[in-house]
Amino acid sequence: MTQWKEETVKVAGADLVMVKGGTGRPLLVLHDELGYPGWMQWNDALAKDRTLLIPLQPGFGKTPRLEWIRSYRDLGGFYNMVVREMKLDPVDVVAFSASGFTAAEMVASDPKIFSHMVLVAPMGLKPNEGEILDIFPLTIRTLLRRTVAVPDETSEFGKIYGGEMTPEQFEAFEDARAETARIGWEPYMHNPSLEYLLQGVKKTPTLLIWGQADGVVPKGCIAAYQRAISGAKVVEIAKVGHRPEIENSAEFTTAVKTFLAG
Amino acid sequence: MKVGYFTERPYRWVPEEALFENHAFFAVSNKYFDRDKGADDYNYFLDEACYAEDLGFDAVALNEHHGTPFCMGGVMNVEAAILARITKKVKIVLVGNPLPVIKHPLRMAEELAEIDLISRGRLVAGWVRGAGSEQFFNNANPAYNREMFNEAHDFIVQAWTRPGPWRYEGKHFHYRHVNPWALPYQKPYPQMWIPGVLSPETVKWCAEHRYPYVGLGTAIGPTCDLWDIYDDEAAKHGYQAGSENFGYLIPTFLAETEEKAQELGKGFIYGGGQTAFSRPEHTLPPGYNSKSAIRMLAKQPGGSWLGVSQTKLHMAQEDPETAEQEYQEIRRKLSESYKKAQKGMQIIVGTPKTVIPKVKTLPQVLRPGIFIFFHIQGPVSNADRMTSMRLMANEVVPVLRDYAKELGLADPYERTPGEARAYAGAQRLPVVDREPLATLGLV
Repeated sequence: MTQWKEETVKVAGADLVMVKGGTGRPLLVLHDELGYPGWMQWNDALAKDRTLLIPLQPGFGKTPRLEWIRSYRDLGGFYNMVVREMKLDPVDVVAFSASGFTAAEMVASDPKIFSHMVLVAPMGLKPNEGEILDIFPLTIRTLLRRTVAVPDETSEFGKIYGGEMTPEQFEAFEDARAETARIGWEPYMHNPSLEYLLQGVKKTPTLLIWGQADGVVPKGCIAAYQRAISGAKVVEIAKVGHRPEIENSAEFTTAVKTFLAG
Repeated sequence: MKVGYFTERPYRWVPEEALFENHAFFAVSNKYFDRDKGADDYNYFLDEACYAEDLGFDAVALNEHHGTPFCMGGVMNVEAAILARITKKVKIVLVGNPLPVIKHPLRMAEELAEIDLISRGRLVAGWVRGAGSEQFFNNANPAYNREMFNEAHDFIVQAWTRPGPWRYEGKHFHYRHVNPWALPYQKPYPQMWIPGVLSPETVKWCAEHRYPYVGLGTAIGPTCDLWDIYDDEAAKHGYQAGSENFGYLIPTFLAETEEKAQELGKGFIYGGGQTAFSRPEHTLPPGYNSKSAIRMLAKQPGGSWLGVSQTKLHMAQEDPETAEQEYQEIRRKLSESYKKAQKGMQIIVGTPKTVIPKVKTLPQVLRPGIFIFFHIQGPVSNADRMTSMRLMANEVVPVLRDYAKELGLADPYERTPGEARAYAGAQRLPVVDREPLATLGLV
């Protein structure tokens, strides 16, 4: 397994905790609204020729909460500062679910910040058809199970979420839920102005990945991003839900690697 | 002592199975709401409040819940405004307005000022954060609940005391022209009594503001602990807490016979009782509880906290469909919890003769200056409700008043909360008497 480490970076006025592993050009990874679950197979696969930089979102337990961040646009602005101050730009990004929203806000305000943008089941735009699952009136256990199509047959799901939840895990999930609610409660996990601002993004190669059995983010969100970002490519993965990276790690990493190599 | 009367004004006509299927009161479909029955009940409950006044209660208390048949008080200020006009003497106690849920403190300042004026100074304002489920119902961001509560309260106090017009730009509320024309009848503003269900943060906030804290039928042992927290905090702010700083509300149901009382009292657990007000996923919205509260819940396997046990949390991930045979099991468990609640003195049921000693224990231990009877829930007839009230008022309340006098329990109108100074270095005086708890097996 690739070596990785966790370090605290003083950047953008924050003590940002970041997981770092692999070799090669930096690849920014933005974890989803449930928090960073740990180093998985897909991390290992991508880290063979890329240095993965995975910031742990402020307010999610390890990186202290930043009081001034009150929306996904604020959070995107924060990460923009991080990327610029760390002189990473333009950088490739892979962003999951709610962090797809963050990445979209980042690129909308600075269209040159990403060299490639991969959004995996991204929230952030209101779908014409379907609804983004309201994750807040769900207990964490129910929500976790909803994220994958077949929990009992997804080995890495069992590895990270199986067994009795420890008090520390429970607290970490509650931190993640609270911070997500704080910035994404209303309008629920989308920004009505984002689709207009994204129309200024013309040259950022964009890949949208979506599991065909996704019970959290409907296909309508992918369609909305396609409308907003002309030329965005789509890869749909059959029989997986909201977590293609662990439900079909091989297909997921192939799609990402192929796109980033392009 | 101020003796108050309170009822949730339950909608009594939802089939029990509908509550079982839903596993809670919150989120039961409003297809079960019958407009004629609703109209009858709203009018009846207003009459009942007048009856409470006629019977000699000092106060009628109202509360507010949303999206549930558990309590018909969706907008209690409407009821309070009517009572302000149709009653003559009773204090109208609001326990309380859910500030973060309503999200409009300027409007609140105006509404309450009108009620206080119409009643010629009989309003007691009270504030709550709103139940977890109500954050969903009203789309109030739970992660900002505590902040919004504090900011709204501070704003209302300013709106009632600072001559306008002035501009307000806070974190959550923004007003460019604050100048409410009607100000409360009471100067500078009505008393505020703060109800709660064992949140140390709320108790400390009350002590800091010198507001009476009213325990909502909370378990007696932990309530004693909270009174101590209040008293410690009061000492930090330079005063000695006393009975004027505390209130207690207890579900109490009476009938002419023990059997009848027991039958009526089951209404308290109708559809699962208070603890089944909402399901865990609605009770614990993200960010609603403090870090310390979450840590406490995480570390209590099998334990219960705010009506949510680990078992219930686990159950919440199961398919909510409930089969008929499970109803029997639910009923059996509810029946057990009914007995347990009586044993733990969380509800008091019986004839005046059996109820009086229990009711007297509460002021003996908790020494509150405010005592509020929380009346029957569930599908009980109007006639039985009124009989229970009559027995309560004619036979129990006089004994309680005499006993409170004997114990020297001053209420917040007799002695202003926070006026008893504590001197630097002096040890604070006890506010509770735990001695009877051991005899009652409540330690």
